[in-house]
Formats: sequence, structure tokens, C-alpha cells
Amino acid sequence: MIQLIELTVNGERHDLAVEPRRTLVDVLRHDLGLTGTHVGCEHGICGACTVLVDGAPVRACLMFPAQVEGADIRTVESLAAPDGTLNDLQQCFSAHHGLQCGFCTPGFLMLAEGYLAEEPDATKEEIREVVASNLCRCTGYQTIVEAIDDCAVRRRAALQQQLDGSTA
Amino acid sequence: MNEAAFRKDGAWVGASVPRREDPRLLAGRGRFVDDITLPGMLHAQFVRSTEAHAEIRSVDLAEVRAVPGVVAAFDAADLDLRDITALLDRPAAEFVPTAMPVLARDRVRYVGEPVAIVVARDPYAAEDGLEAAVVEYAPLEPVVSDTAALAPGAPLVHAEAAANTLVDVSMFATEGIEETFAEAHTVVRVQTRTGRQNALPLETRGVVADWDDRDEQLRVQTCSQVPHQVRTVLARCVGLDEKRVRVTVPDMGGGFGQKCVVGREEIAAAAAALRLRRPVKWIEDRRDALTASFLAREQRYDVRAAFSADGEILGIDADVVCDMGAYSCYPFTAGIEPLMASAEMPSVYTVPAYRVRARAVTTNKAPTAPYRGVSRPQYVMVVERLFEKAARALGLDAVELRRRNLITTFPYTGVNAVTYDPGSYLESLDLCEATLREEGWFDRRAEPGRVVGIGFACFSERTGYGSGAFAQRRMAVVPGFDLSQITMDLDGTVAVTTGTLSHGQSHETTMAQIVADRLGLPYERVKIVQGDTDRITYGWGSFASRSITIGGSAVAAASVKLGERLREIAAHLLGTDLDSTALDGDGGVRAGDRRLSYAELADVAYLRSHLLPKGLDPGLSATASFDVDGDGTFSNATHGVVVELDPGTGGVRILRYVCVEDCGVAIHPQVVEGQARGGIAQGIAGALFEQVTYDEAGQPQAPSFMEYKVPTAAEIPDVRIEHLETPCAFTESGAKGAGEGGTIGAPAAVLNAVNDALRHTGTELDDTPIPRESIFRALEVGR
Repeated sequence: MIQLIELTVNGERHDLAVEPRRTLVDVLRHDLGLTGTHVGCEHGICGACTVLVDGAPVRACLMFPAQVEGADIRTVESLAAPDGTLNDLQQCFSAHHGLQCGFCTPGFLMLAEGYLAEEPDATKEEIREVVASNLCRCTGYQTIVEAIDDCAVRRRAALQQQLDGSTA
Repeated sequence: MNEAAFRKDGAWVGASVPRREDPRLLAGRGRFVDDITLPGMLHAQFVRSTEAHAEIRSVDLAEVRAVPGVVAAFDAADLDLRDITALLDRPAAEFVPTAMPVLARDRVRYVGEPVAIVVARDPYAAEDGLEAAVVEYAPLEPVVSDTAALAPGAPLVHAEAAANTLVDVSMFATEGIEETFAEAHTVVRVQTRTGRQNALPLETRGVVADWDDRDEQLRVQTCSQVPHQVRTVLARCVGLDEKRVRVTVPDMGGGFGQKCVVGREEIAAAAAALRLRRPVKWIEDRRDALTASFLAREQRYDVRAAFSADGEILGIDADVVCDMGAYSCYPFTAGIEPLMASAEMPSVYTVPAYRVRARAVTTNKAPTAPYRGVSRPQYVMVVERLFEKAARALGLDAVELRRRNLITTFPYTGVNAVTYDPGSYLESLDLCEATLREEGWFDRRAEPGRVVGIGFACFSERTGYGSGAFAQRRMAVVPGFDLSQITMDLDGTVAVTTGTLSHGQSHETTMAQIVADRLGLPYERVKIVQGDTDRITYGWGSFASRSITIGGSAVAAASVKLGERLREIAAHLLGTDLDSTALDGDGGVRAGDRRLSYAELADVAYLRSHLLPKGLDPGLSATASFDVDGDGTFSNATHGVVVELDPGTGGVRILRYVCVEDCGVAIHPQVVEGQARGGIAQGIAGALFEQVTYDEAGQPQAPSFMEYKVPTAAEIPDVRIEHLETPCAFTESGAKGAGEGGTIGAPAAVLNAVNDALRHTGTELDDTPIPRESIFRALEVGR
């Protein structure tokens, strides 16, 4: 059996004919060629496949495409500018050495993007709790927490500066 | 970012420059093996044994081949491949060679053992195919523990291995050791078991293989730490010349040792691609990774230590049994764990007498491979427990007892015939203890109402095993050296090969830093070439913290040679002698006030070679090798841990973790810290959480992350790291290895801290992972 599916990924619309049992992560990776999203466990624990669906982090290995038709799906490929310039969160990961082999990294980036959009005032301890959603085998997590916290601090400072500027 | 801002004293080595690997990995533009798609590619999965121990009566794949989407299915007879056999140069009494067939032929020896390969148009259809396979087994009694394996009359896992023993070595046996123990003031004993673990790279194993008619090569893209060894084994198994096999390694999502042995599945998938003349991809799923890949660490120790009345260690007497599972891994064999433990157990202490028997037993469990630290997490734990017990018995402070026995004069040749190069054993202990004291943790420990303990672990770690050290282990294939070739292009940029293989350790950055300093080039102008058997002369890959010590020394030596060649050409062109020239540290050669840039020299070397000195070959390249002459170099560290126990649950909370480490010259301090923190997380995982268990039928009991408990950011604490620097005298940059230390120290430090917290209960716990219920019970009784 084949299903016709319409997905919007990183702002681009795709029409697909897929088997209904095919997972979202396989469709993203192998039908759309967006291989930045990784597969670590296929049972929803490790979070390497985390993508944003309407802004919320989800495990793409536990989703079927039919569940996300009409939704706004974002993957790690959406973060950097078209010329390759990394966004602030990605730069913080690099500056803090928040990645080693880089396999889990796209999942952590999307988890953090979704979380910080929802909770821009998150404390470092709250960030640590959210980081505990995903697995990393290389870093020991400390530098991931520090990278996300640094990014949150910078975003808050930038926002404050903007507010100060608009009132001045 | 301003590149100059990252340079310290004008040198690249020692500066935490931005990692060259980061931009692609952060943008989702890395290329891991499962990201590779080739035209017409097929997907493989394996029919795996459901029995721990059985004879195979029949394998029927007819129904498999009829499943929609399935293209082919092969069993051992269909593929007819040579076995994988790893050897030691040891007599039969010490080592029994056993063959590991690529696909099980007439017998299965663990649940998950590959029996047949199914190749289909997509991975879903391949899994459909697995369900249609009919394998008839005649079950045999399984051997599921080391004690069962050694029991008289136990069933044999391999008919040729009596008493299920693959390796049995007795070593050192210092003269008079019996008397030493008989006459000693105090003898303490540790009996412990450590749990079977999975190294658990987050990227599971995988391969893409295809036969290329134009190159007449079987091209294998595989996530392996040892591509040349994969080539050698694959060529033998399928009967091709080595030149007809090209193994390349894309980005790798960790390895930690699990990928530094040759896997049966990568051979089988490549053989299927060769047979079908179509690309075949195999990606291991997590269930197979947890149950049927290579495991590690399941060991049993019975060790005694003798001490004098004033706390001087007099001897260690050890019996070690390692449960290596069903097969010997290539190239290390089942000797990897027992030979490491027996060779190095005296650790950082001046132990005058030593005796050890170490065995590898075979059981009906998934086989084992090296895992980060290899036996050192265990024997360090044992030795550090011995010191804690001796301190209690003697009424001494355990830190003080260590101080009295640490090696402080270097080089030091131990009772184990190993020579230790200079380190900061005492200094690291002093600094670690002082740090915890200054932070107030000893006061917290004394507060009433809380169950708080402090634990330490002192250790060193041999890094940079040269061919001499591996030859001492009597491996039949002896790793050790590394070869590097450097080539400068027309614009003065260089490409440098290394036989090592980065899979998270940042070699594209750190090796480039080493070359940059040698040639006076920005590190952006240095390209590191790794993981390609066609482009790199035989290499040994990355394991045993060898990459920066040995591989880094080889790239440094090649750079220096190229520098000499550049000076030779410059001297000729400038009409001066060689000694009057020097690299100017800024991409050129100077002689007095005259200068030629590398690009100008390359222009002559390639485009106007008639101007070269007579007898000098055109082009700009140099090759150099490096091997360790002697016993290698020892990194060292002291770990200090503060834990609090929860009387309500028996849970362990780590309040503080301090690591004082010395890996000589740190090429990239941030990377060194990352290695330490990641290693410590894996060590804590072994101490408190992770264990692969089997039931009495040999069925694995941890097939998912629900049962195999990998710690998260909620369990792993922040780690304070302090650096000491005792440069290595013989590596080209003064660096020692930094890859494994974190993992080695953590289990001992955590276990000691837990026992310190239990000091009022009368209970001592020596096994890992530390059973939570044992802590709970101890606190209940001791309340």
C-alpha cells in the first residue's frame, strides 16, 4: 500500500508517495535527503532524531508522516544561513566544545531550539533537565548545557538591548 | 573570528582553536555511513540466532526469497567465506585459537549470532524477509557465566578449548612472594565482579559496499576505527587481492573500541555486494547493537595485597577471569582484557612483589572487543579498593597510605617489567585532595544527618603502545607504528595523511595544529587525510590513546622532513648553503634578508623543475614514520568524587567531581577536557548504571534503552578539571595520550566514595554496577 503525503519541511513543500509504515525520520533522511537528522535507537529514547513539529521537539523515529501533514516541520538543516553561516546556537556549541563525534548533535540542537523558543528565560538547571531528554556518549553533557545556557543568555541580552534601544 | 586570537605564544599547539570538524557536523552536513546512498543500492539485515548454544540442523531461506522486495538471501554455505581468525604467538597452554565464521555454519554460540544475510530493495522489506527465515536448531546446554564455564564437566563452547579457556597466563611470580604474604603485618583481599558493558557509540555499526568495475575494486565505506585491518580480513575472507579492496571511513558517530575490531556483518554485507554486483548497505539497529555487537568489561577479580605495619605495600597476588563471550575478536583476540590486566595491575605504586594468573573464558554470550580503558577501569578499581581496605585495617588515612606508596622517582621500572616515564602521580593526588578540601567537601562529609562520602582514585595509563609493547603481549599481528605522508601543493597548502582515524577526537584540528607549528602555516592550510586504504599506507587506526602520541609524532616528523626539502630548494635558488636557511614561521624560507614563500618554492618544484638542484626529485612531498622505542608513555590523573546516598532509595547522587589530569603537552586543552569529561561519564555509567545481563538460557535481558540504562545529563555531574603538565620526552610534541583516562578513574573513585559514605554501616561493596538495593539494605541495617 502506498500513501500520498504532503509535508512542509524547512518551509519547502514536498509531495510524497510512501508506505504508511515508513517513519518520519526515514522519509526525512532517505526520501527528502535531509540526512542531518540522525537515527540512534528507533525507540524514542536517545533523541538523535529530534525535529521540530510546529515548534515543538518530537522524536521523528516515533512519528509517521501522516501524523504531521499540514504541520511546519523543521530540521537541523534549517538552522544555518544559506551561505553556511552557523546560527547563534550552533556557534555556542562550537565555542563550548558541545560536540565531539557530532552524531547526537542535531538532536540536541533541535531540542534546544524548541525549548528556548518556548522558555527564553530558562535557568541553567532547567536547561540541564531538558538536556536530560537526549543521549550523548562523548561529551558528558556539561558542555552541551553550557552551550545552550550561553546561547540563552546572549539571546536575552540581545533582546534587552533591543528593548533598551527602542525606549531610548 | 580572528585566527591570531587563538594562538598562544605564536604556536598552534596549546591553543583551543575552533574545531575544523564543527561547521559540517553542526549544520547537519556531515557524512555518516547511513547518509550514503548509491544508485541501485540494496539493504541488508541478518537472520540471527535465537538460541544461545545450538547445532544448526537446517537453514531454509526459500520463503525469505519470496518476500516482496527481497532480492537475495545467503547463508554460510551460499557465501562460502573464509573464517576470521585472530592469533597470539603463544603456546597452546596459554592460548587456544578459535575461528569466527562470518556467518554461523553448523553451530551458534550466542543469541544474535548472524546465520544468514537478507538483501532487499529497502530496509523494511529486508526485515520482512527475516521473519520468513526457517532455521532449525538442536539446542545445547548454554554456558552463561565464567563460573559455569570453568566448572568441571561444563559443556564446551568451542570443542578445541578445554575448560572453555581461550587464554591462561601466569606471570611475574616474584621470588619469595609466598613468604611475603605469610609474614606480612596486614593482608587485605578484594573479590569483585564488574558488569558486562556496551561501549555504545551512539551511531551503531554500518557499512555500504559496492563492486566498482572501472576501478576493479570492492569499495567498502564502513564506520571502523581500523580500516586497513578491515581490508586485510575482507580480502582474505572473499579471496581478493588487497589492492582489489578499498576501505574508506566517513564521519563516525563514536567507536570507543567497539569499532576497532573487524565485524562479521561488514564482511558479509561486502561479500553480498560482490556476489550481487550491486551496492549493499547494512545499518545495525539498536536492538542488535545492544545484544549482538561486541561487548566488554565482564571480569572477576580475586586479589590480595600485603602491607607492612607502617603502610608500605609489599606485594599483590591476583587472579583474574575475563568473560570474553563466544569468539576472539580480530586483531586483538580474547587476550585483550586478561593480558592488559596482568601486565599493568601494579598501577601507580611501588609494588615490590607481584604474581598474577589471568584467564579469558569463552561463554555463550555476544563476543567482546576492546572498550575505552580495557581492563584498566577494573584493575584500578581493585587496587584502589585494596588501598582503602588496607587503610582501614591499619588505621591510616587512605590518601596518606597512597602517598607513602606512589611512584615518585622516574623513570621507574616496575615489578611487572614496565618502565614508567615521568608523571605527576603525587602532585595530582595532593592537588585533587586540596581542591576538595578548599571547596569544603570534607566539612560537608562530617555534617550529621547526611550520608556523604568522598572517594579517590590514582592511576596512570600507558598511551602510545609501540610495536615493542604489543610484541610483548605476543600478538601475531603487531600494531604500533604510524606512517605519514605530507604533500605540498602549488599554493603552499599541505595535505597530510595519518594512519590513525578520528571518530570524535578532533584529529582534523589537532593534527593540523601540530603540522601548522612545524611548517609555520595557519592550520586552515593543512588538510588531514585519514580513513582511506588507497590513499594511506598501512595504518593501525585509532585505539589505546595512540593517535596523538604516535600518529601526531609521525605527522610532525613528515612535516619536518618537508621543511628540510623546502630549505634545500631555497638554498639552491638563493645560492646559499642549507645551514644559512630557516623556515620563517610564516609560510616561507629565509636566508639572511632574502625570502622565498612556499608558493614560490612549489612553483619551482612543480612548474619549473629544471631549476631544482641536480638529483632532487620534482614535487614536494615527504614520508616519515614513528614508533615508540620502549614501553610507551604514561598519562596520569587523580579523580576525587563526593557522593550522597539516598537512604530512601539506595540511589547515589554525585555532588562533586574533580579530575586532576596530566597528559603532557595538551595540543588543544578544550579537546583534552572534552575527552576527560566524556570518559568520566562512561566510567560513572559503568560504576552505577549500565549492565548487559542474560537469563539462565543465555537470552540477553537488555535489548533496548529501557533496560540498558545509559546515564543522561540528570545523572552525570559537571566535572572540575585541573591540568598538570609533565611533557613526554620522546613524542614529537611532548604530548601523551588523553583518550581513555576519564573512563579509567571514574569507577574506582565512585566506588570508594560510596563505600566511604557507608563507613558507619559495616558494609563494603566491591561490585559494579553498584547494586542500588545493596546500598539501600546497608543503610537500612546501619541506620
